[in-house]
Amino acid sequence: MTNSIREIPISECYLVIGSNTTENHPVIGSMIKNEVINRGKKLIVVDPREIELARYADYYFQIRPGTNIAILNGFMHVLIKEGLYNKEFVQTRCEGFDEMARVLEKYTPEFVADICGIDNPEDIVAAARLMARLKPMALYYSMGITQFISGVNGVKSTANLQMLLGNVGIAGGGVNPLRGQNNVQGSCDMGALPVSYPAYQPVASEDNKKKFETAWCVPNLSLKPGLTILEMFNHAIAGNIKAIYAMGENPVMSDPNQRHVIEALESLEFFVIQDIFLTETGQYAHVVLPARSFLEKEGTVTNTERRVQLMHKVLPPVGDAKDDWWIVQEVAKRMGAQWDYKKPEDIFEEIRKVTPSYGGITYERADNSIIQWPCPSEDHPGTQFLHKDKFTRGLGLFTPVEYTPPAEEADFEYPMVLTTGRILDHFHTGTMTRKSKVLEENVYEGFVEINPNDAQNYNIVNGEVISVSTRRGSIRIKAKVTEKIKPNTVFIPFHFFEACANVLTIDAVDPTCKIPEYKVCACRIEKVQS
Amino acid sequence: METITLTIDGRKVKGETGQTVLEVALKNSIKIPYLCYHPKVSKTGACRVCIVRINGTILKASCVEPIAEGMTVVTEDEEIVKIRKFILELLLSDGDHNCLYCDANGDCEFQTLIQRYDIQEVKPSASRTPKEIDYESSNALKRNENRCILCGRCVKACREIQVSNVWSFTERGSETHLVADDGKRIGESSCVKCGTCAQLCPTGAITFQTVIGRGSNWELTSIPSICIYCGVGCKIDFYKNRDNILVKAMGNYTGPNEGHLCVKGRFGFDFVHSEKRLKKPLIKKNGVFVEAEWGEALNLVASRLREIKDKYGPDSIAALSSAKCTNEENYLLQKFIRSIIGTNNIDHCARL
Repeated sequence: MTNSIREIPISECYLVIGSNTTENHPVIGSMIKNEVINRGKKLIVVDPREIELARYADYYFQIRPGTNIAILNGFMHVLIKEGLYNKEFVQTRCEGFDEMARVLEKYTPEFVADICGIDNPEDIVAAARLMARLKPMALYYSMGITQFISGVNGVKSTANLQMLLGNVGIAGGGVNPLRGQNNVQGSCDMGALPVSYPAYQPVASEDNKKKFETAWCVPNLSLKPGLTILEMFNHAIAGNIKAIYAMGENPVMSDPNQRHVIEALESLEFFVIQDIFLTETGQYAHVVLPARSFLEKEGTVTNTERRVQLMHKVLPPVGDAKDDWWIVQEVAKRMGAQWDYKKPEDIFEEIRKVTPSYGGITYERADNSIIQWPCPSEDHPGTQFLHKDKFTRGLGLFTPVEYTPPAEEADFEYPMVLTTGRILDHFHTGTMTRKSKVLEENVYEGFVEINPNDAQNYNIVNGEVISVSTRRGSIRIKAKVTEKIKPNTVFIPFHFFEACANVLTIDAVDPTCKIPEYKVCACRIEKVQS
Repeated sequence: METITLTIDGRKVKGETGQTVLEVALKNSIKIPYLCYHPKVSKTGACRVCIVRINGTILKASCVEPIAEGMTVVTEDEEIVKIRKFILELLLSDGDHNCLYCDANGDCEFQTLIQRYDIQEVKPSASRTPKEIDYESSNALKRNENRCILCGRCVKACREIQVSNVWSFTERGSETHLVADDGKRIGESSCVKCGTCAQLCPTGAITFQTVIGRGSNWELTSIPSICIYCGVGCKIDFYKNRDNILVKAMGNYTGPNEGHLCVKGRFGFDFVHSEKRLKKPLIKKNGVFVEAEWGEALNLVASRLREIKDKYGPDSIAALSSAKCTNEENYLLQKFIRSIIGTNNIDHCARL
């Protein structure tokens, strides 16, 4: 997030696009609800499913999955056409406006409504006017913006809109991606990415290579960017990747096109995994190393607003389970590393030295105050919101973005659109939540949401087990007939191994960041013959 | 904001416009008892336990009384004690407050005040009627209205923090009681089980299903940590008993969540005690996992990785890191794969 959770009360308006906030980030969802319901703030929601927030929205757009860019362009078209954008901000803080404005010309409300499958183009005009009137507006998004082959462009569109409105670099505004895992921000910050060292310092740089060779006392770090998860699996099948070392992760459940993932794991010569359970993925390992759960360990995690917090050891370890860092160090030492970390804080002190944005963060500060990176020195208070006065790159760059269709559109053979996601009571691959009594009792099986119109056409009743198929595979799953989902579209949460959504999903990826298109593919639903 | 100076119990203290006497007192560690007040919800001013004497004369509920320049406040005198005792006795006589079988025993704000003001057993009030007990309808929450003192914190927690508007009061006078939605039991209502009402309840009227029988409140210890689920990073006080079993999770007010939790952050941690937890390293031999000691497993991993690196080169090895692990663990794994293996093939579930 460019901004902070505690700024939610400062915003006058919220645009929530591609985020089912009340189910997937419920605490933030409640904070937004409080402002809208109890304090009269305005809310605009864009989502293919009529999520809870849609009920309280002043404008709700039930778009076709994969058409975010079109509607964001539509809002911007209106703002420019009616001269409602923040001209001062655009002139003094940004560049590339003219090129973008030219692309936006054709995104009239009618053109956009047609792409998005919405009935009232005039609502696009009204919503854009509302955004222009109420400052600051905070934009919240999540995987409903990113998990497309046009994911990077979707993100750029959200930035375009907020820069056009002048809602960047101010409290209560911002472009606020809600990160889905408790330390996904930190994992990225720490360089658990194929292209960058900690703090996003590119690996393909001689300077960075030297810097880390010195810091780590090693020669010859590689300048060649590595592979992303899906590329690793493709290369495993092709025979180029021979071994995978996994610390947690459950790609058999979480990655698209399950059959492909399993084929990749089976083709490895060696696969080792550290985890707290023997997961669906662990079954394919040659060695499984028992790790400690989050309540049995200490260390820092970084949340969606870049806040670094200290986790404390609450419970003693189970059996012979060990800390993940200890396991990695033991393997490294056996391969020649001269490491001697005795506790997580020793590692953190090294992180501070090589990660400029974490330089001023200590365990003591993380535990007792609100510290958000960038925090370069111990006398720096941390950064509540980014891009104040000036963008990291200097001027904010508008990127002209065209709407492009998803990789696989509905056709004669697969006439429906499948979109996937999460629900309130479960998390990711269900490894933890499905072993928690209250949560598992609340929702104990997968389901597919189907619009009543489609249910009638296919002669399907609520609760009936049906078949859902795509070009990748087929599953049997209970139908949940609901108005929440658009006609010709179905939704399946991916938490349930018994009815695994990722048997169906497509492994097409965004060309830049390689994110898979979980949010849209073509599917077919059928009655199961008894 | 204007700074206002006032005197509480002879001490000069400062506050800001809009603050109440209770807020300024609590900020200055001056203890005024209260029941309906809670810092995370709007003011109610119903229980009157927090009455104080203003400017030597009038008695006011400090939780709703705005501070004023030069104001003098006395938080307790003979008359105030008498009134507080009277209020507490009335509340006690109108309910069934037997701590012996109450989940909140030892962690009950009402019990604390009953003891502080040395209230002895009182006769049930004439208008007292047995009220609803619902221990079954929800797998998450229990409700016993005989312990309810009608403070309204739960109603406000649901309206202002979770914003689901499940709880409300119905009927009038001595018939007043709590209902979920339009008269449903909690398990059949639209409750999403965030548990904030139970966290804020000052008695044992709304409690968690998971607590009783796992240890009395004075046997529990609490340690704060960060939730393992989504990216909000809620700070949670984890309560465990003497057998190291988790008993309850309470939202910590200093975290980004400001005390609030969702159903996962409240009830989603049984997995740590699961029988299925891995306790020993496993090595697959002839297609079957066999338990091994750490030394054997670590030696095997290191030697297999070295063989593969030597035979096919460092780029034939890849690592998957995890957004469920700490910064330190992620850092160390990328350092391992880059500096010891010699490749940048590392990624994690950021996009998944």
